[in-house]
Amino acid sequence: MKYALLIYANEKLQAEASEEERRRTYAEHDRFGRMLSDRNAAAGGAELALTTTATTVRKRDGEAVLTDGPFAETTEQLGGFYLVEAADLDEAIEFAKALPATNVEVRPVVAAPEG
Amino acid sequence: MRRLDLAEESLQDAFTAAVQRWPEDGPPRNPAGWLLTTARRRAVDRLRREASDLRRLPLLVTEEAVSDMDHVELDEGYAVPDERLRLVFTCCHPALSMESRVALTLRFVAGLTTPEIARLFLVAEPTTAARLTRAKKKIAAAGIPFRVPDADDLPDRLAGALAVIYLVFTEGYAATSGDRLLREELASEAIRLGRVLGELMPGEPEVTALLALMVLHHARRRARIDPAGRLVLLPDQDRDLWRWDEIGEGLALLELTARSQATSPYALQAAIAAEHAKARRASDTDWPAIADLYAQLERVTGSAVVRLNRAVAVAEAAGPRAGLALLGDLDEALPRHHLLPAARAELLRRLGRNGEAIVEYGRALALVGNDVERAFLLSRRAELERAGGTDE
Repeated sequence: MKYALLIYANEKLQAEASEEERRRTYAEHDRFGRMLSDRNAAAGGAELALTTTATTVRKRDGEAVLTDGPFAETTEQLGGFYLVEAADLDEAIEFAKALPATNVEVRPVVAAPEG
Repeated sequence: MRRLDLAEESLQDAFTAAVQRWPEDGPPRNPAGWLLTTARRRAVDRLRREASDLRRLPLLVTEEAVSDMDHVELDEGYAVPDERLRLVFTCCHPALSMESRVALTLRFVAGLTTPEIARLFLVAEPTTAARLTRAKKKIAAAGIPFRVPDADDLPDRLAGALAVIYLVFTEGYAATSGDRLLREELASEAIRLGRVLGELMPGEPEVTALLALMVLHHARRRARIDPAGRLVLLPDQDRDLWRWDEIGEGLALLELTARSQATSPYALQAAIAAEHAKARRASDTDWPAIADLYAQLERVTGSAVVRLNRAVAVAEAAGPRAGLALLGDLDEALPRHHLLPAARAELLRRLGRNGEAIVEYGRALALVGNDVERAFLLSRRAELERAGGTDE
């Protein structure tokens, strides 16, 4: 089964992290990525730029309205995601726990219809 | 009854029930009739339970995309114990909300029907049905596996399963709302679940400890409410109404956990219940021992509710002032718990500080959710008000 691991973190706090802490976090993500590959579980993913760089397109009454910023203002923001192949939810949760992240939402990916 | 073994078992059940009930209630006017009716009722119960046991596996299986189910082997057409154990852990999976876990466990492990579950929790039947449907959909869609957890995960997951069973029991032991303090059926179901888990995981100390705890508490059920439906506190309970046969079982179970040196919260709580159970009269209660057990429990759990109970025990062992001191800093931790002001009220009362006690009863009344406990608090306060309501 394919799952999305959605990483939420407080951007402001992350921005205050030192160079050393940033390096360490990236190293852990590298390690995580290699672990996924070893287990044939890697299915994609990306780090997202800060929500200050986001633009939201809302379609209302046939018009597209643009706003500066993310869809919803939240205390923790979506910072990145991984797509993983896991045998079941337990394995997906195991991956989520292994991530160097405080909050991870685990959501099944809807399987593409056959044919 | 077409099935001979079912008939035999049911008659045996009826005899067992007679042995348990008749000494207490006296023999019925028509013993043979009573036995036959009881046997028939038990047979119907068993058939229903078995049918629902056999039904529940397909009910989970027919949800889409539960690929693990394809590999499930059902020996000889009936569910082997391993099946039931997997079912327990699936129903109690931490990815499901507590409400869902309780409903699923009662439905598929205890074999209760949806209307029965709804009635026990004072919830409308469609609500329970919807909750069960959502939970089953979540199991299928999120890929919750039908599996006993790995050795690494087992301790946490077992703790989760026990928490579900304990929640069912405590809801039965002191219902948070409604007019019956004891919902005996819920408590009995929880004990039954505990026994099932005990059979599936023999010798597992945590399971034995929880079962001991529940059995010991439940043994006091007939003494907790007086004939007028009013709450009777532990020191005032008629211990002749305690089920001493069940206490015997509880103590024996506790013995088993002592051998494995379990100092888990359940084992400690069971030990406390055992101390009460060992006292043939309230005055025989070893309060210092209980206070010490609560101190251990508080260290292990850091729970404010445990501290509250400990304060009550300390008050018995060392006087109300000592007990009050322990209650001093709990307001932040327990802002909505009626038992905190209720305990303070009782201790202040013992110190003759009636004015303050009345205030605390008032605070407790503002928070209490159960009619039986409310009536009790009202009467305790009324006594003080009648006595003048001033401090001695």
